[in-house]
Amino acid sequence: MTELDIRDLRVSIDTDGGEREILRGVNLTIKGNETHAVMGPNGSGKSTLAYVIAGHPKYRVTSGSITLDGADLLALSVDARARAGVFLAMQYPVEVPGVSVSNFLRTSVTAIRGEAPKLRTWTKDVKEAMNELSMDPSFAERNVNEGFSGGEKKRHEILQMELLNPAIAVLDETDSGLDVDALKVVSDGVNRFRARGDKGVLLITHYTRILKYVRPDFVHVFFDGEIVESGGPELADVLESEGYERYVNKAANLS
Amino acid sequence: MTITHTEFAVPTGREEPWRFTPLARLRGLEGDSEFTGQVGIDWDPTDCRVERVSCDGVRYEPVDRVSSRAWADVSEVVQVTIPRERAGGPSVNLRVKGLGGVASGHIRIVAEPFSSATVVLTHTGAGAFAGNVDVEVGDGASLTVVSQQLWDADALHLGHHHVSVGRDARYRSAVVTLGGDVVRLVSTVDYSGPGGDAEMLGVFLVGPGQHVEHRLLATHTQPHCRSYVAYKGALDGEGAHSVWIGDVIVRPNAIGTDTYELNRNLILSEGARADSVPNLELETGEITGAGHASATGRFDDDQLFYLQSRGIPMDVARILVVRGFFADVVQRVGDPDLEAAVLFSVDARLESLGLGRLGEAIES
Ligand SMILES: Nc1ncnc2c1ncn2[C@@H]1O[C@H](COP(=O)(O)OP(=O)(O)O)[C@@H](O)[C@H]1O
Ligand SMILES: [Mg+2]
Repeated sequence: MTELDIRDLRVSIDTDGGEREILRGVNLTIKGNETHAVMGPNGSGKSTLAYVIAGHPKYRVTSGSITLDGADLLALSVDARARAGVFLAMQYPVEVPGVSVSNFLRTSVTAIRGEAPKLRTWTKDVKEAMNELSMDPSFAERNVNEGFSGGEKKRHEILQMELLNPAIAVLDETDSGLDVDALKVVSDGVNRFRARGDKGVLLITHYTRILKYVRPDFVHVFFDGEIVESGGPELADVLESEGYERYVNKAANLS
Repeated sequence: MTITHTEFAVPTGREEPWRFTPLARLRGLEGDSEFTGQVGIDWDPTDCRVERVSCDGVRYEPVDRVSSRAWADVSEVVQVTIPRERAGGPSVNLRVKGLGGVASGHIRIVAEPFSSATVVLTHTGAGAFAGNVDVEVGDGASLTVVSQQLWDADALHLGHHHVSVGRDARYRSAVVTLGGDVVRLVSTVDYSGPGGDAEMLGVFLVGPGQHVEHRLLATHTQPHCRSYVAYKGALDGEGAHSVWIGDVIVRPNAIGTDTYELNRNLILSEGARADSVPNLELETGEITGAGHASATGRFDDDQLFYLQSRGIPMDVARILVVRGFFADVVQRVGDPDLEAAVLFSVDARLESLGLGRLGEAIES
């Protein structure tokens, strides 16, 4: 079974004011068939965790490890991690001018599979996946994320997840900025993906509402660069009613 | 061969038109070097008329010492004539091949009224070439001229491309500069009647030590004409240098003018430099539109990260981003075969610069 293992992960970035530690010892294990929700206030380091798993060059791992099925993920380049089975749906997907969605998807899937997909089945697969996400076929001819609405960008991320079929999907606030209809469409996509079996999902979110549609197995509270509390789905309900106040207060009392 | 007298003085490098040009690398083209080299010009069979004609009776006005020396040197011009009311068809393909030494050449393209055609000039080979291209687009005609500079690494190419756009005529030029040690092209546009439309597109890739200079001047002297300029360049490596000068002059009687010019440069690595100077002179306020944009930026790490995070290797990701950067200009060429040919040349050059590699999945 798939297993992503994050051990004592410490991460810094170089800022104008010198080195700054953002992740301060993160421990998390995600197995296939498990969905982990990570919730925390803005600036607590959730996106940093997502980026570091994917290998963004901006962040420096100062200690700890990330392994996928026992293999050292940190030793791999960004593209090799993706080919190893890691997918990141970004909070802010990037525009790539002049590159069409269809060319992008085909190039990606070829890289991931190691061979070009058969044209006929591929066209059909893309069409069906787009249809299920209520995306207009004309979408394929647009440039990647260029002029997309917030909801279109998020659907496009989920479309990629469904087509690239990773072992571990990290979804960074894929629910943010979606109206109720779009939230359902996106959640259905995540659930279809989970139903394929042996899929680990790291669902990073600021709000609890997506958890009504995508039921997590575990909920972790992220605060100031570490996981400060873990529990089952009921923890999300506590957060829903109480917010992050008590972690803020706890941190204030400690310092 | 005698050295010809010209009314243009030898540039010193202090003159505005020459201040960016590495004069020391011009092998005397800007001075008094003799034209003892050779350039071969040939063409594919075509339904249009292509012939060598005497210079006598051909009117052409040089713009600087190099174009004037080349004009004084040539005894015949290669003339392409697009017959009146020709309804389009296969492109007219001319090949200009440098065979070494300092050489001159002159190509004249006449699109007769209401004709439609595409002419493709492809420059390859070695040597130093002073080559002029003079284009006349007749009333109501539609002409596309593609000029590809695919020179060997040590070649030199200085040229003047002039077009006169007729009444209600449409001219589109696509300049693709990928090879050569120094390439310096001066493109001038004027209008012989109202309603003319000129679109000047450019794509260039500049490698280490290369100097690529495109100077454009559109002079609006007729009412209701349009000029549109879009040049995009990517630069890589130590000493890669591009210069883009876009001058537009709108004379008092050119009311209803619509003009826009754009230059964008993408710096792919340290040590490359792009100079970009747009300049608009309006002598009337009664215009439809006027604007310009110029920007030089670096490779966007986030774009590369996004593509790589989808499994795409770095060298393929780079090629996608650079191709994407050029895409909107290339798409304006308006002919799928030509667009594919341009992208093919760009890809080959990217690969030879070691910047990218074509993945099997990449298609335009
Ligand atoms: N590139 C960066 N430069 C400077 N600070 C950064 C950078 N990336 C993240 N940070 C800082 O790190 C902290 C965590 O950010 P982030 O991981 O985006 O948090 P979250 O996703 O939980 O909102 C924030 O204080 C943020 O300002
Ligand atoms: Mg975030």
